[in-house]
Amino acid sequence: MRRSRFILSAGLAVILAGMANTAMAQSEIKIGEINSYSLLPAFTEPYRKGWQLAVEEINAAGGINGKKLVVISKDDSGKPADAQTAANELVSSENVAMLAGTFLSNIGLAVSDFANQKKVFFLAAEPLTDAITWSKGNRYTFRLRPSNYMQAAMLVEAAAKLPAKRWATIAPNYEYGQSAVAVFKKLMSEKRPDIQWVDEQWPPQGKIDAGPVVQAVAAANPEAILNVTFGADLVKLVREGNTRGLFKNRAVVSFLTGEPEYLDPLKDETPEGWIVTGYPWYDIKTPEHAAFLKAYQTKYNDYPRLGSIVGYETIKAAAAILTKAGSTDPEKLIAAAEGLKVSSPFGEITFRKIDHQSTLGAFVGKTALKDGKGVMVDSVYRNGADYLPSDAEVEKMRPKD
Amino acid sequence: MSTAPTLLSVEGLTKSYGGVHAVRGVSFSLQAGEILALIGPNGAGKSTCFDMLNGQITPDSGRIRLLGEDTTGQPPRTIWRLGVGRTFQITATFPTMTVRENVQVALVSHGRHLFNVWTTIRNFAGAEAGGLLELVGMGGYADRPCGELAYGDLKRLELAIALANKPRLLLMDEPTAGMAPRERIELMRLTARIAREQSIGVLFTEHDMDVVFEHADRILVLNRGTLIAQGSPAEVRRNSEVRAIYLGEGLVYDARHREGAAP
Amino acid sequence: MAFFVVQFLTGLASAASLFLVASGLSIIFGVTRIVNFAHGAFYMLGAYVAYTLTERFAGAFGFWGGIVAAAIVVAVIGAVVEIVLLRRIYHAPELFQLLATFGLTLMVEDLVVLTWGPNDLLGRRAPGFKGAVDFFGQSVPSYDLFLIVFGPVVLGILWLLFQRTRWGVLVRAATQDRDMVAALGVNQKWLFTSVFAVGVFLAALGGALQIPRDAVNHAMDLRVIVDVFVVVVIGGLGSILGAFVAAVLVSELNAFGILIFPKISIILVFLVMAVVLIVRPWGLFGKREAPARRTPGLTVNPWRPLTGSERLAACALLLCAAALPLVGGNYAVSVGSEIAIFVIFAISLHVLMAVGGLASFGHAAYFGLGAYGVAFLAKMAGLPMIACLLLGPLLGCVGAAVFGFFAVQLSGVYFAMLTLAFAQIVWSVAFQWVEVTGGDNGILSVWPERWAASPSHFYWLTLAIAALAAVGLRILVFSPFGFALRAMRDSPLRSEAIGINGKRIQWTAFVISGTVAGVAGALFAYLKGSVFPDSLGIPLSVDALVMVLLGGVETVSGGIIGAIVYKALNIWLVSQTDLSKLVLGAFIVLIVVAFPKGVVGMLEMIRHRHRDGTPKATSLIASRIETAE
Repeated sequence: MRRSRFILSAGLAVILAGMANTAMAQSEIKIGEINSYSLLPAFTEPYRKGWQLAVEEINAAGGINGKKLVVISKDDSGKPADAQTAANELVSSENVAMLAGTFLSNIGLAVSDFANQKKVFFLAAEPLTDAITWSKGNRYTFRLRPSNYMQAAMLVEAAAKLPAKRWATIAPNYEYGQSAVAVFKKLMSEKRPDIQWVDEQWPPQGKIDAGPVVQAVAAANPEAILNVTFGADLVKLVREGNTRGLFKNRAVVSFLTGEPEYLDPLKDETPEGWIVTGYPWYDIKTPEHAAFLKAYQTKYNDYPRLGSIVGYETIKAAAAILTKAGSTDPEKLIAAAEGLKVSSPFGEITFRKIDHQSTLGAFVGKTALKDGKGVMVDSVYRNGADYLPSDAEVEKMRPKD
Repeated sequence: MSTAPTLLSVEGLTKSYGGVHAVRGVSFSLQAGEILALIGPNGAGKSTCFDMLNGQITPDSGRIRLLGEDTTGQPPRTIWRLGVGRTFQITATFPTMTVRENVQVALVSHGRHLFNVWTTIRNFAGAEAGGLLELVGMGGYADRPCGELAYGDLKRLELAIALANKPRLLLMDEPTAGMAPRERIELMRLTARIAREQSIGVLFTEHDMDVVFEHADRILVLNRGTLIAQGSPAEVRRNSEVRAIYLGEGLVYDARHREGAAP
Repeated sequence: MAFFVVQFLTGLASAASLFLVASGLSIIFGVTRIVNFAHGAFYMLGAYVAYTLTERFAGAFGFWGGIVAAAIVVAVIGAVVEIVLLRRIYHAPELFQLLATFGLTLMVEDLVVLTWGPNDLLGRRAPGFKGAVDFFGQSVPSYDLFLIVFGPVVLGILWLLFQRTRWGVLVRAATQDRDMVAALGVNQKWLFTSVFAVGVFLAALGGALQIPRDAVNHAMDLRVIVDVFVVVVIGGLGSILGAFVAAVLVSELNAFGILIFPKISIILVFLVMAVVLIVRPWGLFGKREAPARRTPGLTVNPWRPLTGSERLAACALLLCAAALPLVGGNYAVSVGSEIAIFVIFAISLHVLMAVGGLASFGHAAYFGLGAYGVAFLAKMAGLPMIACLLLGPLLGCVGAAVFGFFAVQLSGVYFAMLTLAFAQIVWSVAFQWVEVTGGDNGILSVWPERWAASPSHFYWLTLAIAALAAVGLRILVFSPFGFALRAMRDSPLRSEAIGINGKRIQWTAFVISGTVAGVAGALFAYLKGSVFPDSLGIPLSVDALVMVLLGGVETVSGGIIGAIVYKALNIWLVSQTDLSKLVLGAFIVLIVVAFPKGVVGMLEMIRHRHRDGTPKATSLIASRIETAE
């Protein structure tokens, strides 16, 4: 037992040394940022580049009401518990004005709940789950990205126009996949009562055994397929599907597949004609986006992914909230954020007062092959504000403060 | 001898493995205070026989009665609870405990305190364990790690453990295997003394004929799974079938037995 | 009809790649007894190296040559790892090698991202096997047909290798009895190295052959490793044929299972394993495991309770720890609570492993059940915090009672794998049963009540419970029950022969251990204010194992120290760097090489050396005196 004394005192020394840093000058405003950098580098690297660009631009333009903006970034190693430890460190030791970030839905929810408990402002960047603004929403949490529901609604709009009546679904077997399918089915059946759902496949996330799944879907002989898988699962599914001819003469509607993060790895095997949500950075001609694109490419000599946009806009929005509030008091931040209009590379967005969801939208288009690479064509920007349920419905879902 | 109660009676014990009869129709009995040797060449079925008696193997047929109860097919721990101590051909002790703790565990089990989680084992039968260790001549080793003991000492420790439940019967599988000749004699004299003092019956298998003929009251001879002879050492020594088997193995036991018996 | 034939063929193709990797693992385990956690990492490396080579060299020769060359390159890396790392620790306690290979896995995960970048890589399709073959209107990818043939071919080659070569005979002999081979005068070192290299070659080949089907990415290792372990165990450890049959069984059940239960994939392999192990405790083709060998050349000094002055020192330490809120901020105090909780968790497993010799690979199940117990009681029944803390762990207790009953019928690696299977089954239930558990979005807002809400109050609460648990389990170690448990570990034969009902003793220990883990989980739920399926997951179970092994499994206080060191380091590294896995992995590997008895084991050794006053020339590692207080 005696030897543990050394370890403990060493541990104490480390902790004390860490705290010495915290008493920094009051001439800065700190944002605490958390994301799954080590678990999901493919998505969080562009995201990080995005927010770093935003910080640079904000400070070059004079910071926040004259104070320098500093972002302190922490890895959550893909675990909600670790994300909470990080959030706690940021709030308790670093005295950040607000929390921002997160990618996975469960981590977003964990940090959101932490924010609610500790009364800290939290701007969720990427998590898609509807729960974060609705069923488990709270007054301290705002969300930037278009939610599961919004993306489903955008896809349903396009999918309902298809003649197909027999539909099959393929979705990863966890909350995201399940709720994506549920919302899509609900909205779709409302618009098209004649539709039949003939098969559903639920491969485990990250571990799809694509051959049998493709074969099983083909056996049900659907006219159209809804896909919710992404990442490595999507690659396997596409490869098996292409080889086995699953997508031949069948319409496919697919969540997120148009985002460069998911589309680019498919290279010359990109299936053509899928209806997808995504980010065709090569195709967006608005001045806001052109400015962003130029700055990003100059700084990094690389093209942006959707993560870059999210990272960039998260910090831009956070800065706007902090500027408007003129304080780091969470209540004032909430007051400032509710109804706030912010410009973004996709155009102006609003943080809704009713559920703290931003109206950032997404592009809906079709996949195509160009020079051996997957691209989105015929893409149209869908404003998030147009794909949200009525206020009455939102109020029913969201718990009262 | 006939007045002593029967500790163990075995009738028609049979076990075969894949058509090969390891033990066939073995019957014998053992009285309290009697020292009975089970001998036979390698592969004669001694170990199988032993393992059936102590419950590690279930016989195909036949019956085993220990202390009046039918124990055929009972697990070793049930047989132990009836008052049977046992030592192994290759010692089985608890190497991460001290010598005393080895004995204490057995005493704790005998006292049925195994599920006591709230007191230290030191409160349990420390003195009794010490007494048993003294009895087998290990008193000075009580607080030594068991893993450090020489092989001969491990055998003594096993004997102490086997005595922990105040047994009526000791089953000893090759008690002196792997020991130096002097140690063998010492150990068996010790065993015999304790057995006679406490009126414990002993059944042992043994390769060393000196040991067998010095200590056994009766000898059972097993060959190819069947009992070919049983009786007093003198009777067995005269048995021509036994002589044939053992002479075939090149053992001349008469002469060596007498030499070894000299103090 | 054609559809079912094609589905069957598809299952066979999936089985082929699973078999390749599994056979390698099986061979390695059979001979070296190493539970090679890094097998998945070698599989992943095979895929990455093959990607680079096949992109570099075009054409059929370039592709197939690249695949084979990649497997050879990785096999060489494997051989180097065996020589440099594993060879040093064959004499360490069993499972310590698991720690080493776990450290390696962590390092490789970060290293591949540093080397090949974070993006998923799409490899080439196999030349000549790009399309599909039409089978009565159904398409069968020709690459699948290649795999279907290739699997049995590899099985055949391995069979010939083992039956017809001297090397193969030695490997088989070593699988039966390692010591005998050593006695035959065979150079055991090189036999082990070659076996390890062959095993790694098979893993890398399996990975390389995935290129035309999969996206090469840095999470491939974890996706495959657990399934492969399961396949090896279902087939029977050390049995190549068993691995093949099990791979086919699992793949076919999956291929047809998803037609009826589309959600079955997530849980299927574990269900199959649990059923197989309950019915056939040594797998389909396995043989009863040889009794666990005592570490050769090791004299273990018996454990002893603390002396009076040591008790005083422990109390003083506890007081120091209790003073943390006076010097540290909220964050430091919360980290302190987290470490205290993990101390409870680690010592619960430590008792099972160190005293009972039962290595549970699924201990997170009881931790997580305790956490969910609290969450259910707090959210659904609305009970006060004290009631939740007292009753919540009962869920862990019940889980341990049910699963433990089956698990203690087995021993060694089979015990470990059955506990893993149970943990995965519980995890999948929590993950999928969204209506009750919230799925992976978990249960939120399980915050402590006002009296325990402040970080320092909560810290004192956890510290007090941790101290109680440590004292309680320590008393248990030196109680008659603890000795009975150790007796079972040391010699089941002798234990039975002195009337100990070993299974019941082990079962009781399992239930106690599971309940204590449940207490840790209950506190964890309140610390984090939420419960997620993560707290039932394999990574957490592995963390617990690592903490115990790091502290030293042959010691009494190893669990405490291991938890403090590992958890503190982990939290600090995650906070400081994105490459925490690389640093932590390197640290673990270093510890393994420098302190093969764990941290506490090492300190004990030094203390004994001091006491003996005879500084020995031999290296610390080769020393024979080790122990624990």
